[in-house]
Amino acid sequence: MWIWFYQMASPKWFYQFTDKLLPWFRGSTLVLMLIGLALGLLFSPADYQQGNTVRIMYIHVPAAFLSMFAYVVMAISGAIGFVWRIKMAHIVSVSCAPIGAIFTLLALITGAIWGKPTWGTYWEWDARLTSELILFFLYIGFMALHNAFDDRTSADRASAVLALVGLVNIPIIHFSVEWWNTLHQGATISKFEKPSMDADMLKALLVFIVAFQVYFFTVLMQRIKSEIIKREKMTGWVKKLVEGKAS
Amino acid sequence: MSDSNNSTNVHSNIDDSKNENGKSQLVSLIKREMAVVMRSQSEFVYPLAFFVIVTSLFPLAVTPDPVQLAFIAPGVLWVAVLLSVLMSLNNFYQADFEEGGLEQLLVCGVAGHQIVLAKSIANWLASGLPLVIVTPLIGYLFNLDPQGIKIAVVSLLIGTPVLSLIGSIGMCLTLGLRNGGVLLTLLVLPLFIPVLIFGSSAVQAASSGLDYSGQLAILLALLILSLLLAPFAGSAAMKISID
Repeated sequence: MWIWFYQMASPKWFYQFTDKLLPWFRGSTLVLMLIGLALGLLFSPADYQQGNTVRIMYIHVPAAFLSMFAYVVMAISGAIGFVWRIKMAHIVSVSCAPIGAIFTLLALITGAIWGKPTWGTYWEWDARLTSELILFFLYIGFMALHNAFDDRTSADRASAVLALVGLVNIPIIHFSVEWWNTLHQGATISKFEKPSMDADMLKALLVFIVAFQVYFFTVLMQRIKSEIIKREKMTGWVKKLVEGKAS
Repeated sequence: MSDSNNSTNVHSNIDDSKNENGKSQLVSLIKREMAVVMRSQSEFVYPLAFFVIVTSLFPLAVTPDPVQLAFIAPGVLWVAVLLSVLMSLNNFYQADFEEGGLEQLLVCGVAGHQIVLAKSIANWLASGLPLVIVTPLIGYLFNLDPQGIKIAVVSLLIGTPVLSLIGSIGMCLTLGLRNGGVLLTLLVLPLFIPVLIFGSSAVQAASSGLDYSGQLAILLALLILSLLLAPFAGSAAMKISID
């Protein structure tokens, strides 16, 4: 167990490990996405009120879920890196940020597209959309702070602190936005008006959530690999790797 | 090692009190901050002037109509306060960081969270409190009713220390960075949102005759939470910037 833990902390080992895992993750992303698309587009009913636009949900909900999940992964791996000074953990944390930001943006855009037919406007100051927007700002802050430092160790440690402060704040922000929203709008149109979702819709949604999750890890590993190469470019094994590929 | 620099000449006192309890250390740290503040009045005047000017732009930009002004007053007051607290933080950290005062304090064995706490308190005393004091005047200019003004003062009294504390974390993270100022706003403003929401809605509720105790209670909870956590986060950030 501990040997495995130490190995995980070595960039070289991690690189080779993810190299082996990646094809499996890529394959299962593809398969799950195809199953999800089939279920979502062909085998699930249209909503009795929203019609076919409800199918945006299959993208919107997983994206929103992953935007938060990525933040948690980012903050926790940042904290691990901060406390135990493991550089691999910082690499994970830093690699998470752009992915999470893109998922947040995706959730915002799909929310806007969904909002047009349901609410009649692209943007509504709805609690969830507003929280997503603030989450997007938090991601931007994280990436901006990481970019601002010249020294990489300081950058890693400072952005880890920021991610943790953000993690403490996210529930508070979410709660306050929710509260603000109920105060200002009499009756918000909830996206899930029906108390229980149709079983077929739920099935498609769950498949999509898993597919997005696997996709997230695929992209994360890819980013981690390039981050490792970037950071370890002076080491022997990377040079050997590059030369081996070139010849 | 002390007396060469005017901002570090209180170090000997701090060194003496190291063996005593942390409370007197905190007091002497605050005294040191206030001594530095007193030497140049800009810490009092700039944020205050900024606050007054920013708020007076709104009637010009939006409308001079008293009814509408009273309607936007809570939001305008709170947003202007957020920005002026953010502006005022720089003076408390940057000079001390550049002159090496912060490093000296840490080398002397002063705990980082004590420094952050002392600086936050001093920042609040020098910049936050004056804003609270002029708030009734601004509220009057915005045609806010007496109850609204009263609650604006109370909510700002509870809310501005939270802003100083959270802002200190951001300030410590951006110490010594080239365009730290813009970055600071990027990092800190999203974290200010809960304070903004509850602060301005307490004023709104009060001026429309509704119950506002819930909002004030949550502001108080935010104050306690930030008092407990922010000094430690700030200290961790400060140590990164210094070494």
